[in-house]
Amino acid sequence: MGRYFDMLTEDVRLKEGLKACMNCGVCTAVCPAAEFYNYDPRQIVAIVQTRDDDAIEELLRSETIWYCGECMSCRPRCPRGNTPGYVIQALRKLSQQLGLFVESEKGCQQLALKRLIGDNILSTGYCLTPRNILPEMHPEQGAVWEWIYENHEDVYGRFSDSYGTEGAGALRKMDKESMAEIHRIFEVSGGKEFYDIIEQHSDRKARQMGYDGATHEYMMATYTQNSENHY
Amino acid sequence: MSRRASWQEYQKDIAADKYYYARSCIRQNFFPGSEKAFLDILSNDLGIDIYDDPLHTSCTGIGYHSDVVPLETIMTVVARQFSLMAEAGYENFISSCITSFGIYNEVLATWEEFPETEERTRKYLKEATGRELVKPRSIAHTSDIMFHHRHAIARKAKRRLVNVMTGEPLKVVEHIGCHYAKIFPKSGIGGSEFPYVLAGMIEAWGGDVVDYPERRHCCGFGFRNYLVQANRGSSIANSHKKLESMAPYRPDFIVANCPGCTMFLDKWQYAIAEMDGTTYGANGKGIPVLTYEEMAGLVLGYDPWELGMQFHQVDVEPLLDKLGVQYDPQAKYLGAGGKYIGKPAPVAVNCESERRLYEIRR
Repeated sequence: MGRYFDMLTEDVRLKEGLKACMNCGVCTAVCPAAEFYNYDPRQIVAIVQTRDDDAIEELLRSETIWYCGECMSCRPRCPRGNTPGYVIQALRKLSQQLGLFVESEKGCQQLALKRLIGDNILSTGYCLTPRNILPEMHPEQGAVWEWIYENHEDVYGRFSDSYGTEGAGALRKMDKESMAEIHRIFEVSGGKEFYDIIEQHSDRKARQMGYDGATHEYMMATYTQNSENHY
Repeated sequence: MSRRASWQEYQKDIAADKYYYARSCIRQNFFPGSEKAFLDILSNDLGIDIYDDPLHTSCTGIGYHSDVVPLETIMTVVARQFSLMAEAGYENFISSCITSFGIYNEVLATWEEFPETEERTRKYLKEATGRELVKPRSIAHTSDIMFHHRHAIARKAKRRLVNVMTGEPLKVVEHIGCHYAKIFPKSGIGGSEFPYVLAGMIEAWGGDVVDYPERRHCCGFGFRNYLVQANRGSSIANSHKKLESMAPYRPDFIVANCPGCTMFLDKWQYAIAEMDGTTYGANGKGIPVLTYEEMAGLVLGYDPWELGMQFHQVDVEPLLDKLGVQYDPQAKYLGAGGKYIGKPAPVAVNCESERRLYEIRR
């Protein structure tokens, strides 16, 4: 009893985000994700508060902890000063550390996020860059984005003297020493290790599902497929 | 005190000069003209010292809120940004991104609440970069800075937010962005209940602020709820909810605080029009969505295409006409050096649509 709860409390966000919840449900009332998904942050906080290992493990394997959009609309509303969004962040961290995230459809998407956002940070110094917002993966970006994407040097050149080159300005190329520092920060602070954990467990899951490991095909399946069982 | 006036309890000290500028991942992709305009307005129009550092990186906030970048890692990245600021001789850190602004506030608050995390960050930073952590004297979002100087901008204005054809103030929907004040209400002007940062600019420049039921609702970004294609129904559903709520008030334009919100309220209007033909603006078109730099730039007489307003999917020309802005339609989609590079394909949100939601419901 309490093993998973103790692991969660190693995360300062759990300490900050959950004191004593009275289960009033204000967080659920204001939650944009709860309006769209079969999702109830009140229930999640109530389960964590029980410290019950079986119930918390069920959460760590579940779809429900992946529905939150981390908008933090819950935070200023809670009359007890709790932050269900922080509790979610702690649950997601632990779910990934233990490899349980691959037991849910939405959890499996962490591989796509790691490769599309996480790896981009280590290759460019930015979370996103124009060249990784592919129009075929972003049809909602519309005709103007297609025009920007196809003419990126001319379009961005109008607003930045440093587009794709070193020096101050929008979308400048990061200098080598800054990139080296970011890589070392990820190494010493556990960022790279965390990326590796996501890859390793995703690879295991992909093989279970008949893929030849965590291939691009598997990643794209996590990125695009929706079982429609979330509402 | 009335509830309306209670925002005044939520004031913050905003430095008047000498800023260290941190760019935004989303903004420089989708609104590079706005970042340029911010620097131009502060440097050229207001004569303020602002440093655009070529060495800072992303704060990694999108990775953090997608739960792939650990807290310890983002804290150390943030510590590096602060150190770069101090090394450049500045102490007032300003962020061009709401997500980043939330991150910087969260990291500083966490260091305060849990001092062991600050000690660990100092150790990681030293080990990884050789740098020493120096905390900023002040943190502000770039809209806070624009708010702070709004009366100086008004004194230099070439036009006001007024319809030149009717003489009436333009009706403006302002969208603050969740991470501006919902995480740390005391860090935002007006707090999370009555955020005044954009409303203050609108009022100072002659417009009318629209109050509508879903004014404080999330735009729907939700990080993984947009970044993963399978989840985007959640994102568009939230923008849809806001657009339906604001449309009956017939806003002339939306101004947004957050890079992501600006983009989503623009792009989801396009997607909704393509999906079912619904548009929310006048004459069956979309509602233009502006950044606060674009709004300030138009007030100051900047050319809309130099502000980068061609990056918008919803055409801004109906708004420019209301403001009496002289613009060259042929110059809109030119590349660097005036080079002709074609133009985007026409889309439903910019055409006369068959369905207009607010007229159907009238």
